Amino acid sequence: MRIRINGDTHEVDVDVRTSLLDLLREHLGLTGSKKGCDHGQCGACTVLINGRRINSCLTLAVMHDDDEIVTIEGLGSPAALHPLQAAFVRHDGFQCGYCTPGQICSAVGMLDEVAKGWPSLVSEPGTDAVALTDEEIRERMSGNLCRCSAYPNIVDAIRDVAGAGA
Amino acid sequence: MREFEFTRATSLDGAAEQFASGGEAAFIAGGHTLLPAMKSRLRMPDRLIDITGIPGLDRIERDGDRLWIGATARHATVADDATVKSAIPSLAKLALLIGDPQVRNRGTLGGSITNNDPAADYPAACLALDATIETTGGRYQADDFFLGMFTTALADGEIVTRVGFRLPQAGAYAKFRHPASRYAMVAVYVARFVDGWRVAVTGAAPAVFRWTGAEAALAAGQPTDGLLLDPSELNSDIHASAEYRAHLCTVMLAKAVAELV
Ligand SMILES: Cc1cc2nc3c(=O)[nH]c(=O)nc-3n(C[C@H](O)[C@H](O)[C@H](O)COP(=O)(O)OP(=O)(O)OC[C@H]3O[C@@H](n4cnc5c(N)ncnc54)[C@H](O)[C@@H]3O)c2cc1C
Ligand code: FES
Ligand code: FES
Repeated sequence: MRIRINGDTHEVDVDVRTSLLDLLREHLGLTGSKKGCDHGQCGACTVLINGRRINSCLTLAVMHDDDEIVTIEGLGSPAALHPLQAAFVRHDGFQCGYCTPGQICSAVGMLDEVAKGWPSLVSEPGTDAVALTDEEIRERMSGNLCRCSAYPNIVDAIRDVAGAGA
Repeated sequence: MREFEFTRATSLDGAAEQFASGGEAAFIAGGHTLLPAMKSRLRMPDRLIDITGIPGLDRIERDGDRLWIGATARHATVADDATVKSAIPSLAKLALLIGDPQVRNRGTLGGSITNNDPAADYPAACLALDATIETTGGRYQADDFFLGMFTTALADGEIVTRVGFRLPQAGAYAKFRHPASRYAMVAVYVARFVDGWRVAVTGAAPAVFRWTGAEAALAAGQPTDGLLLDPSELNSDIHASAEYRAHLCTVMLAKAVAELV
């Protein structure tokens, strides 16, 4: 099959059973996306598919030959960090770092959802502009667990980039 | 995971044909229930048919007193859909209460009601909103569709195409989320119609059910705080005892009634 990842087209020969996460990690050497639970519960494997954040462990690679996939490797480089990557470093938004690629991809997807005015349980119904309060960020990032509980600094990093509490 | 063949359907007829072409087949939509089940070998289909590419199967439209939502509509789409939000705001809120954002970006209405997890949210909406479930085989009323734990009236190979929720005068969904899994410990959907009230409970028992005692009390304008479900019919597990669940049902009922919109 042919698959588009971080702007590159890859020609790969995979077993249909391969999850998108295993394709990234085991076949393409893109080991930034992590496998925490492999059951959709932790968010460590979060990637962006056509801009939307999803758990790459709960989807088959063969279902994505028409899609644009972006992983943590595609967001920035060590020389030119994505603003969220830089903010996570600045705010020390991690301890072991295992959940971090998923947190950052998820935050990118989340900020885009906010820009589109997607609702959350926290935002007041009927309000168009979402104020990214800490509570709002926590609800919208609820799909990403951090076993080290670096949550306060993760929230700080995201708030910083969103510009809400800067 | 056992080996299987993967195909994509571009029409309902095509999907049915692929389903019938031998071996044990299964449809896949969001994959958020089926893939975990296949990983743990609870499900071992020989053939997987992706139905998410079938045109129109995710359509959302209002027709008279019903709001029709296509089977492959994702939870995130339903939560932010202008038609849903204006026709049945409590249903948009229910969709927003499912799982977390990543789950809502993949999971679908059809997958949820077909799976009929005892703690799933959409089955409660179907029962409370007197839904009509349209399939490739015909139509079911929600009251006849959810038969028991992980069991529905669907026949093998039958595809849910869309669900027609009846517009209530007012509705509300109160969910007590399990703090880790975000599934319902218990959740109560209350809907008021011209001709009466409907109350559905999920998460509390082996399958979603209507709380007729609460419906009668609401219809009679009586207080509901004295109502208590029989714990012997509710689930007890590591998360909550049946007595606690019975209590939570009464609390969630009051919360939903207070939030009716
Ligand atoms: C971490 C996590 C948290 C979750 N939290 C919640 C929650 O809080 N509340 C909740 O309600 N759910 C929750 N879910 C479940 C989620 O909503 C699932 O998406 C849903 O139950 C199944 O939908 P799906 O589209 O993923 O179905 P799939 O996994 O693709 O399919 C499920 C079953 O339905 C069949 N099927 C799918 N579509 C059709 C159709 N149109 N016609 C006939 N058969 C069909 C499949 O063959 C399969 O047997 C959670 C899931 C995860 C992984
Ligand atoms: S590894 Fe995918 S959600 Fe945990
Ligand atoms: S930093 Fe260790 S899991 Fe989040």
